[in-house]
Amino acid sequence: MVPMGRLARAGPALGGAALAGATRLLRVPRRGGRPGADGDAAGPARWEVVTVDRPPEQVLPDGRWPEPLRRLDGAVEVRVRPAPGDRGTELAARPLAGVTPPTGLAAHLVGDDPGLLVRRTLRQIKQRVEAGEVLRADRSALDRPEVHG
Amino acid sequence: MRALCWVAADDLAVREVPDPELRNERDVIVRVRRSATCGGDLPLLAGRHPLLRPGDVLGAEFLGEVVEVGPGVRRHRAGDRVVVGASVACGGCWYCRQGLHSCCDNAQADLPGADPDWARSDAGCFGRPRAAGGFAGGHAEYVRVPYADVSAFRVPDAVDDDRAVFAADVAPTGWLAAELGAVRPGDVVAIWGAGAVGQLTARAAVLRGAARVLVVDRHEQRLRMAERHSGAEPLDYRRSDVAAELRDSSGGRGPDVCVVAVGTPPPRSRADRFGGQHADRPDALREAVHACRKGGVVVVLGTAGGFVDAFPLGALTERRLTLRGVGRPDLRDVPMLLDRMARDELRTEHLATHRLPLAQGPEGYALFRDRADGCVRAVFTP
Repeated sequence: MVPMGRLARAGPALGGAALAGATRLLRVPRRGGRPGADGDAAGPARWEVVTVDRPPEQVLPDGRWPEPLRRLDGAVEVRVRPAPGDRGTELAARPLAGVTPPTGLAAHLVGDDPGLLVRRTLRQIKQRVEAGEVLRADRSALDRPEVHG
Repeated sequence: MRALCWVAADDLAVREVPDPELRNERDVIVRVRRSATCGGDLPLLAGRHPLLRPGDVLGAEFLGEVVEVGPGVRRHRAGDRVVVGASVACGGCWYCRQGLHSCCDNAQADLPGADPDWARSDAGCFGRPRAAGGFAGGHAEYVRVPYADVSAFRVPDAVDDDRAVFAADVAPTGWLAAELGAVRPGDVVAIWGAGAVGQLTARAAVLRGAARVLVVDRHEQRLRMAERHSGAEPLDYRRSDVAAELRDSSGGRGPDVCVVAVGTPPPRSRADRFGGQHADRPDALREAVHACRKGGVVVVLGTAGGFVDAFPLGALTERRLTLRGVGRPDLRDVPMLLDRMARDELRTEHLATHRLPLAQGPEGYALFRDRADGCVRAVFTP
């Protein structure tokens, strides 16, 4: 099994030094192929990664995991590093091996793919940081009283 | 409110639907004054999109008046007359900051249970299926416009609605095509397709100083329009040897820039593909690649493409051509184009060959789809 990165062990709050040294501290070997492809069914899940067009200190203000990532504390590990070419920050997360899958509404939303919840979370962080808000869909006609024409 | 809704394949209806509402701080609500048909709607009309649902409101291009403003909006206030760019874009991601608004990373609506996709072609566009991350369209009395400070543009008083509505998509697409082709003074430019986008591509090439602009089509009326309003030379491919004409027009070199603006055929259904009906042959694109001068640029426009067969890759590589594509335009050129409209350098109202009330939306789309009665674009007034 791949060792967990130090950032993940540090939990949702990171010191400034840890953030500044993110690249050095948080390099976690990436597995090839899908989880369990090498026969290790209990292996860690694939990293989900997004590039946020802002520096790391804006993506993780005060070194803390931003919402909604904080809600996944204890369920995911996180990797942060500056993106090459001055393109902001690469923010990666993956479900921790052996952690109980989400329950309740989260389970309803992600089904049997915890990676989906991680991807949605990363995407929401990216939208919050870059656009200032998470873009909501138009309300479905099913959500509103029907209008008869 | 009333809106033009997709009901089933080739079946549209004007129905009562709930009014839009502010859903984000950067939203505005626009009361629509004009909306235009768009080629990208045709695959939807044909029912080719798997996520399209009955009741989805069509309409990617529209203009109207701001009637409600979210608390995060800075540039607009109630009463502004605005044209809304066809690309929803956040303005803050890397792509937007490069001016590539149509590639915005944050233009897809967040849908519970949906798997995020950073580059969905259906996202970030009005009149595209909600289930694909799109937004209700402008063939309606009111529209919600996300990221309004980025996507909506105040229209100068000197530009009337019938002209300005084409600043939403058609004019910026044509301008972008000329820009991607790097059209410069003295160039010979050939454009396949004399529809609205082809005509405004021709006009953009003229405005950028092209020495000759030739437009290839088979519709006499469209060719005449291109000649009259864009300053292009018409080339009817039913009566001409297009390749020979283009060689003659460019001293034997071939056009410096070739733009394919014929629209793209709707993708084949899975059933067709499994049944052996594979992709289409892109005749205009093939002709453009073979006609273009060595080292020239071929620009392909279109939003509905799937796959095509028989692409002349050898000609592309041997002759060192550059191939560039545009689905939807960026937003950065819209203010400049509105200014050109105000100065009468860019006239577009002739493209609205059919002006109809929204109640006749289904008929307008039938005319547009079939190119009947000389229809180039149908424009609706709610």
